[in-house]
Amino acid sequence: MFGNLSDRLAQTFKNLRTKGKLTPADIDTTLREIRRALLEADVALEVVKTFVAAVRERALGDEVNQALNPAQQIVQIVNEELIAILGGEQRRLQFAKNPPTVIMLAGLQGSGKTTLAGKLANWLKTQNQTPLLVAADLQRPNAVNQLQVLGERVGVPVFAPEPGNGIGDPIKVAKDAVAYAAKQQFTMVIVDTAGRLGIDEEMMEQARGIRDAVTPDEVLFVIDSMIGQDAVNVAKAFEDGVGITGVVLTKLDGDARGGAALSVASVTGKPIIFSSTGEGIDAFEPFYPDRMASRILDMGDVLSLIEQAQRAFDAEEAKAMAEQLAKGQFTLEDFMEQMQQLRKMGSMKAMLALMPGAAQMREQLDNFDEREIDRTEAIIRSMTPSERRDPKILNGSRRLRIAKGSGMTVTDVNSLVNRFEQAAKMMKQVSKGGMPQGMPGMPAGMGGMGMGFGGGKGKGKGKDKKKGSKSGNPAKRAADEAARLNRTKPTDGSSGNGSAFGL
Amino acid sequence: MAFEWFKKVKDKVVEAISETPVVDTSLHTDAPVAPASETIAAPEPPVATEPEPLVEIETAVETEEELLEEIEEAIEAEPEPEVVPEPEPERQLEVGQRSFASRIRSLFSGIQFDPANLDDLEDILLLADFGVDASEAIVAEVKRLASVVNAKTERELKNILISVLTNSLELPGRELNLAGEKLPYVFLMVGVNGVGKTTTIGKLASWLAEGDWEVVIGAADTFRAAAVEQVATWAKRAGAKLVGPEREGQDPASVAFTAVETAVADKADIVIVDTAGRLQNKFDLMQELSKIRRVVEKTVPVSEVLLVIDATTGQNGLLQAKAFAEVAQVTGVVLTKVDGTAKGGIVYSIQKELGIPVKLIGFGEGINDFAFFEADEFARGLVG
Repeated sequence: MFGNLSDRLAQTFKNLRTKGKLTPADIDTTLREIRRALLEADVALEVVKTFVAAVRERALGDEVNQALNPAQQIVQIVNEELIAILGGEQRRLQFAKNPPTVIMLAGLQGSGKTTLAGKLANWLKTQNQTPLLVAADLQRPNAVNQLQVLGERVGVPVFAPEPGNGIGDPIKVAKDAVAYAAKQQFTMVIVDTAGRLGIDEEMMEQARGIRDAVTPDEVLFVIDSMIGQDAVNVAKAFEDGVGITGVVLTKLDGDARGGAALSVASVTGKPIIFSSTGEGIDAFEPFYPDRMASRILDMGDVLSLIEQAQRAFDAEEAKAMAEQLAKGQFTLEDFMEQMQQLRKMGSMKAMLALMPGAAQMREQLDNFDEREIDRTEAIIRSMTPSERRDPKILNGSRRLRIAKGSGMTVTDVNSLVNRFEQAAKMMKQVSKGGMPQGMPGMPAGMGGMGMGFGGGKGKGKGKDKKKGSKSGNPAKRAADEAARLNRTKPTDGSSGNGSAFGL
Repeated sequence: MAFEWFKKVKDKVVEAISETPVVDTSLHTDAPVAPASETIAAPEPPVATEPEPLVEIETAVETEEELLEEIEEAIEAEPEPEVVPEPEPERQLEVGQRSFASRIRSLFSGIQFDPANLDDLEDILLLADFGVDASEAIVAEVKRLASVVNAKTERELKNILISVLTNSLELPGRELNLAGEKLPYVFLMVGVNGVGKTTTIGKLASWLAEGDWEVVIGAADTFRAAAVEQVATWAKRAGAKLVGPEREGQDPASVAFTAVETAVADKADIVIVDTAGRLQNKFDLMQELSKIRRVVEKTVPVSEVLLVIDATTGQNGLLQAKAFAEVAQVTGVVLTKVDGTAKGGIVYSIQKELGIPVKLIGFGEGINDFAFFEADEFARGLVG
């Protein structure tokens, strides 16, 4: 996410980094590039102008010239200004003094309000709240139905007295819902409203009606991160029309550059509270402005990564793993366990995208096939316990048996064993060098992962050749061997889909 | 005009098929359907009396080399067509003549345009999501033309802008492909989440039904909650038959396949397949789309793959078009939601860079709120 903006700025700054001193001409060139990058990232024109002016002023000032590394200083300024626009510190949801807390969702058609309502309800449940979903979108065909399905999926009751599809009064529904929630002791009420255009006065009037009927503690403006320059108009219209208290950015898992985040925060002055990042019901997280700014500058989002890892990683298991590593024992069983641990954290792809430098391997990330993990697992599961513990005993006939058992080819088995051996070697080094603090097992996991899915494209190549057997020609065999080693080299980004993921 | 023409061609094809025992739409063969092709291409009197449609028919056919060969073969083999279509009765036409320029808000609304400073024009285009490169190119062209004809007044400059936009938005092949030789015609609707695919299907199905086409809608969005019910509501409004999944989470390709099979069995004319919204960087989901296309083509060729683009979309729209074109061979774009404050300038780059024409434009939630895209009308609407 924000990939292309990161890439652009990275390119611009690469030229700067090599210089010791900045001339005003340097600064102008850089600012032009920043302007262009921001515009291509769909940051609103007026925001770009203010932003560039602010950066220019500071860049020409003394703080840059006196700095040891002026280029880094500009990066710093851009970063600070981005954070400033994105709203500085993270803001949490505001809760009412007397429950229920009422949250109203508003936005354009198709921005993702109904899906978000489900995700928000699900998230609130994990925060020990008892949410009630309210179906007040009576406009779009089957919006009520959709909310009911979502409610069922996350186990949250849905207040839907009206069938929708143009029938019923949303203001009355919202009002009744709050009364019902108070009586039934729900702590949270989430009101899903119909999508509406900012210029549709009639519909904005209706939105105000709902707002006045339920006096929400939060009016969240839901906006698609793929939106372009119109973000400003829409945000202003909703701010003037219903008065928003916060923003939710949806579809952030796409490859949109997401300049809308900057635009909306800048023109409304309202903080972005949540972001929605995937198809799954739990693909939803609080929005962290500082992290997002780092992400724009491609410094990676290590904090988010750690947090996700901590949520899913079993501390006990991690400790046991670290101990084993310290002893230098690392078997295919551990390898598989690690993969399963990592999986608990959610989509591998989403996780990897948070790593620093992810922008460079974005394309590979996009092509990364999560099922590669399944295949790797299938191969390991087709081994006997003794084989898993000591892969050295794997001779040709064992490999053939494993390949048959897992539905893969011998080449696949070979490449997995190869990759595992390299991983084990690296584990040893890592354990000797000591684990980075705070996250035992984690870096090992990442390393193992890199080894784990190098197959991708390379495997396809293997299949084209003779299946499963080593070539009788010694020279050809050597060449094959070399090619395979090449593929598995963790630093060689272009050779396989996943091989660059290793640390 | 376009609408009228579609209807006529359709009627001819249908007649030809219904009156010719050779053609059985339920046959799953690739054999050329000769009589139908003849009816379209052979320069027989009933067709020749309508010179304008004939030209369009020829262009439509020429795009498919294979088809052309088939037609030539057919003509050589049987120079005298057995089926001569009856002259068409005049019909009430509404949709094709609908104007949409008035539904677009002008680029200049609320903006002071200084004719002396054409650089401001670049900002105005940027605000409409034309993007940096396109805005620069358009402004350069306007400046060039303005100096050639020595245009100075606001009106003159705006007219130049209209003509520059119209010229660069002109693209052949904007008509819906309703002239293939074998029914049913399959339309695949694709796009990212929330752009208005389902709504567009409702509008399109209703328009086709009005033109006496028999429409089957395949509800292949088996992912999003209640998506099937949503499209079912539209199908009912439009009077189209709905083929949905038999169970939750069914493979969308199998739903699409069943829909096409149903249409073949029912001798329906058009199948519109709704697909789940998917972000273009999701590899697996994009592969699923390509599978849907492949599976459908086992029965009949896909006539149109329409990519729905929301007018509010920014520069990401180009990436969307590229990705969808790659996996699903997009044949046209549907620009939706132009009734808001967004202008949809990104379609300029999509047309320029990928050569995919915008075919339809949507502007509201009503079942009739759409029209055929016309470059000059769009340009006039934008400049105002």
